[in-house]
Amino acid sequence: MTETPSTCPYCGVGCGVLIEHDGQRITGVRGDPDHPANVGRLCTKGATLHLTAADSVQRQTRLLAPMHRTRRGATPHTVDWDSALDTAAERLAAIHQQHGADAIGVYVSGQLLTEDYYVFNKLVKGLLGTNHIDTNSRLCMSSAVAGYKATLGADAPPCSYEDFAHADTVFITGSNLAWAHPILMRRLEDTRRARPQQKWIVADPRRTETAALADLHLALKPGSDVALYHGLLHLLLAQGLTDAAYIAAHTTGFEALAERVRAFPPAETARLTGLAEDDLRTAARWFGESPATLSLYCQGLNQSASGTDKNAALINLHLATGQIGRPGAGPFSLTGQPNAMGGREVGGLANLLSAHRDLANPAHRAEVARLWGVPSVPATPGRTAMEMFQAAADGAVKALWIVCTNPAQSLPDQAMVRRALERAEFVIVQEAFATPATCAYADLLLPATTWGEKDGTVTNSERRISRVRPALPPAGQARHDWAIATDLARRLAARIAPERIALFPYDTPESIWNEHRETTRGRDLDITGLSYALLEEKGPQQWPCPEGASEGRSRLYGDGVFPTADGRARFADVALRPLAEVPDAEHPFSLLTGRLRDQWHGMSRTGLLGRLYGHEGLPAIDLAPADLARLGLQDGDLVRVASRRSAIVLPARASEGLVAGQAFLPMHWGQEVLSGQDAQGQALTGVNALTTSAFCPTSKQPELKHAAVAIEKVDLPWRLSAMAWLPAEQALAVREQLRPLLAAFAWASLLPFGREPDAQGRVGLVLRGAAASPVDEARLAPARALLGLDGPALLRYQDAAARQDRALRVQRDADGRAQLQAFWLAGDTGGEAWLRQLLEADTPLPGPAHLLLAPSELARALVGEAAAPASPQVCTCFNVREDAIRQTLAGCAGTPQERLAALTATLRCGSHCGSCIPALRGLVRSVAAVPQGPGIAPPHRLGQVADRFQTEATGQTGLP
Amino acid sequence: MDKLKLVMIGNGMAGVRTLEELLRIAPDLYDITVFGAEPHPNYNRILLSPVLAGEQTLDEIVLNPLAWYARHGITLHLGQAVTKIDRIRRTVTAADGRTAAYDRLLIATGSQPFVPPVPGADLDGVLSYRDIADTQAMIEAARTHRHAVVIGGGLLGLEAANGLALRGMAVTVVHLGEWLLNRQLDPTAGALLEASLRQRGLDFALGAQTAALQGDARGRVHAVRLQDGRELPADLVVMAAGIVPHTSLAEQAGLLCQRGIVVNDTLQTVTDPRIYAVGECAAHRGVAYGLVAPLFEQARVCATHLAQFGIGRYRGSQTHTQLKVTGIRLFSAGDFMGGEDTEAILLSDPAAGLYKKLVLQGDRLVGVCLYGDTADGPWYFELLREGRALGPLRDRLMFGERACQGATPAQAPAWREAA
Repeated sequence: MTETPSTCPYCGVGCGVLIEHDGQRITGVRGDPDHPANVGRLCTKGATLHLTAADSVQRQTRLLAPMHRTRRGATPHTVDWDSALDTAAERLAAIHQQHGADAIGVYVSGQLLTEDYYVFNKLVKGLLGTNHIDTNSRLCMSSAVAGYKATLGADAPPCSYEDFAHADTVFITGSNLAWAHPILMRRLEDTRRARPQQKWIVADPRRTETAALADLHLALKPGSDVALYHGLLHLLLAQGLTDAAYIAAHTTGFEALAERVRAFPPAETARLTGLAEDDLRTAARWFGESPATLSLYCQGLNQSASGTDKNAALINLHLATGQIGRPGAGPFSLTGQPNAMGGREVGGLANLLSAHRDLANPAHRAEVARLWGVPSVPATPGRTAMEMFQAAADGAVKALWIVCTNPAQSLPDQAMVRRALERAEFVIVQEAFATPATCAYADLLLPATTWGEKDGTVTNSERRISRVRPALPPAGQARHDWAIATDLARRLAARIAPERIALFPYDTPESIWNEHRETTRGRDLDITGLSYALLEEKGPQQWPCPEGASEGRSRLYGDGVFPTADGRARFADVALRPLAEVPDAEHPFSLLTGRLRDQWHGMSRTGLLGRLYGHEGLPAIDLAPADLARLGLQDGDLVRVASRRSAIVLPARASEGLVAGQAFLPMHWGQEVLSGQDAQGQALTGVNALTTSAFCPTSKQPELKHAAVAIEKVDLPWRLSAMAWLPAEQALAVREQLRPLLAAFAWASLLPFGREPDAQGRVGLVLRGAAASPVDEARLAPARALLGLDGPALLRYQDAAARQDRALRVQRDADGRAQLQAFWLAGDTGGEAWLRQLLEADTPLPGPAHLLLAPSELARALVGEAAAPASPQVCTCFNVREDAIRQTLAGCAGTPQERLAALTATLRCGSHCGSCIPALRGLVRSVAAVPQGPGIAPPHRLGQVADRFQTEATGQTGLP
Repeated sequence: MDKLKLVMIGNGMAGVRTLEELLRIAPDLYDITVFGAEPHPNYNRILLSPVLAGEQTLDEIVLNPLAWYARHGITLHLGQAVTKIDRIRRTVTAADGRTAAYDRLLIATGSQPFVPPVPGADLDGVLSYRDIADTQAMIEAARTHRHAVVIGGGLLGLEAANGLALRGMAVTVVHLGEWLLNRQLDPTAGALLEASLRQRGLDFALGAQTAALQGDARGRVHAVRLQDGRELPADLVVMAAGIVPHTSLAEQAGLLCQRGIVVNDTLQTVTDPRIYAVGECAAHRGVAYGLVAPLFEQARVCATHLAQFGIGRYRGSQTHTQLKVTGIRLFSAGDFMGGEDTEAILLSDPAAGLYKKLVLQGDRLVGVCLYGDTADGPWYFELLREGRALGPLRDRLMFGERACQGATPAQAPAWREAA
């Protein structure tokens, strides 16, 4: 066994990982104790990376050879690399000749490595001669980019993670840090332990786990961020908390802004934001009076039709108070993807050029042309993500080359996106996995390497460049993204511009990176002082690190000099603009989207593990309890959620974290897990069927965070609920085979469950569906067969006339003890919850197996099972559920810290990745100790035996 | 004054039960005389199978010892088949010539095995299965012979086959039907039964008709030939192809017989009001019952009329089936096959040898077929007989009486916990 240091492929924290492997197989992963981003820690997602790389998982889900579709909808057939790349080059060249370069759009990803990104950017701008390359970072960071550039002059987060420890006030706005960036939350918790006086302000419409931990939660109205920041500035001015000297010395444009914010007195701000004036005053005081104020922000600001303004208005506060360029102070944009930063560095967007150069700037264009050795690079901005797909939908873009991203899940207004994918004449999908929804639209599928195989560099939120190293050779015929791009670029050049073949001489990632490094010379992100060798030797480094510098800069603008023409930062005098979709009588609800703790983005990777659905295993829409009641809904009733574009069907659920008028949907639930078919026979395409493509005029980032929707109860009386343990070697393949069958239902969801690695080598699948009338047997039989719920050995209850069909698969041991392996409930699905308990608990059935076929509650009574519903899972690492935690807490007294420590010592929850610690703190607060209580409860850990963390706990813990 | 004279022909379960009921309600009304063809006091014919299986002894199955007859002053003639009824003189005459006069006559001659008219049916080693003599003969044969063939896969035949197998014989059951107990089970249950009997070492020829019984030189059977040409070795053949009411005496006495001695709802023969008939020999509303429960119901009604109370009507019985083979539980009643206008509810756990089928017509239970777990049989039987409306019980019916007590609890939203 060896350990290869690399990075986590998920969020932008950029944690270092040590990949344990034997060169053939990845056997484990742990946080890299030497990586400054995470000092050994990993969250639930990072800590299970090795499980997503398991042979069985990869075999069933990876794209392992180039594949070609002769016609849409047909099953693709394998082709060799040469013919695949020649086909691609032919088609692209043909379209290039026939329709011009504007007819080709390349849509890449913030998950690509910097080297991959560089080649794609050069391919489009240097070879095709257009700027029609954009990236899913457009959905993620472009407002942050525009916000920084509008105020500070460059796309450079001025802070470092180490600032967390120095801040006196932390202003978390538009970020659910506890779930989206758990490792950063661990850092904040550390600080709070060391310096309890550190104040946390959280601005978020929802009471998230992050908000619940705040000293002050500002539950502002969706979209009222600019009003909040202007209102705070108004108070800062009124209370004399601004830094006149700093403003005078290092900024311009304050007068206009000061004039504007006069219109935001506390009363007016309170009206606009729905916040209490006292809370606004407290926030302003904490922000302005604290020696060091650090703002942490993310998609809540970025994914907005006024995203740039929100970013800029927040940065205004830091400039006005001089809260920047000092330890613990500054506006710190947190990145959503592992290498959105790297992509921006190489200029891999439609409106950027290499090394933070500007498209609009002739001098910048000339520099790039010179560096590349081409006469010129195009001046016209290319189509950004939404513009590119809209153009394809309108027929202007004929070819789409989609790389390492899943637009059929992640882009808003899926109806338009699907039209684009269908209408485009030639769609290349370059992907590591065969499972994303977008693959279904590909004419050509190019297999790419992924985590554990890739080789290059990434840059995280704090401008830190880390080496990404391969532990394994590429799976199957997969190739590195940069290599595919280079190869295809040469073949394309040979056809459209032979003289430019020489632009792509690359044979290693390092050769690409060195070229990129040269483009940064003299720029704000100058890394000419770095090299692969130095990264090897000294580990991850922050930019800038110009030639001669001993190490990277951890903090920017300490000297108050900004990368603008006059060296001064600019205040952004931005107006308050309304939401893209203001709720109205037809669409009265504000739909908010956000992340789940244990899933990441479109779930192409996290979605492969049953255990990562333990924390949230049902795609449902959250509503305020009052709204649920007003709509006459019970928890779990199916609702139709309709925006102005499209509709989906899913269960509704009460959430205390929401105020009336708001609804919440995780951004993860795409068609892969949540589907069904509407009355017109159209497939339901998940959360982004609802979201709007309206985008920020400056950053072009769509308002994914908010849409106006109508919610109504749907009557789909016929229900199906099925769960099955399957061999790990088959489960995920079966899932793919089941997907087409979801069209039989008006609502359907299909997810894995389980506790990989499972001692019995199992992975579970759970299939739920509903329809207005019973789905006929002919359409159900294949699904039952796939779930191993057919054949003579089944237990079965059938009342055809009453539309009841229930089946069980049980395994009986020598002593006749039976264990539930699978169940199928069609008609009355009331028994699902506790049958699931029996299925997941590795214990013999409590009574005669056939009694489980009785109607739900009755069955429980007959079998004599205590009717305790499954308690929600809190700790994913050790599968600890809420009931056990409450029981234990009741038995331990002391300070919150002591009780949390006792809890962790007893049940081990929170002792591995720590992602559940915010939830644990919440429980510590809410559960009082019972003085003469029952004592410490026995640990409640189903499936513990199968838990490798038990044997391999790394000692890295969220607690001291 | 002189008591009335009651004569009973036949000394079996139905008749003697009638006497018991009568003696309970009118102990002193009659001088009672009983003629029994068998040399035994009344015994429990149903328990011959356990006796054959070696699970009980003959003494254990005697219901009314001789002392009982004595105690009640009953004149008992054992081993005396009655040969003649003189309805004019109101006397009966037995094989040995002795006669007895009656004021009331109760015919309870039961039934006799149906012996299919196949060549060789008269060979040695060919038995039917009806009484203690047959049972003893089978036990004896099992001691001295190896191969047995039972003709008829009905209740009696399977019990005989099981008993012989337990006594060490290699037994093959030849059955005309496509599945065992085809009058009592549906094909699925029949198949489960066949499987578990095969596990016990029994062999079966289903859908098979006997062509002939072949004998050896000494006139003993040694093989059974089937219509399809197969030959089964057999040095014992048990005929269990069904029973026919024993009515020859009644017919000879001029009593109307149609598939049994025709009686009315008071169990009086329609021909002669002084003469009653109960049990397997009696045909009530066209039905001659072969199971014990209806016969006891007849006995109770008949007794009230013999007692001159003139109350009680017998209106026929719903019957249900049980097989007395240890370890095999099956139960069926009513229209368990179902048809056009019926709905079936099914439950099965093949690995556990469990199968249940409930047949509903509209809102009522009209048929039940249980295999493997018959605990709720009587309860279903009651529902079926009473024709009670099921209403909300339908969903829980399959899970038995216990499941149907109390109202349905409200169901918790299932999916929530699953989240």
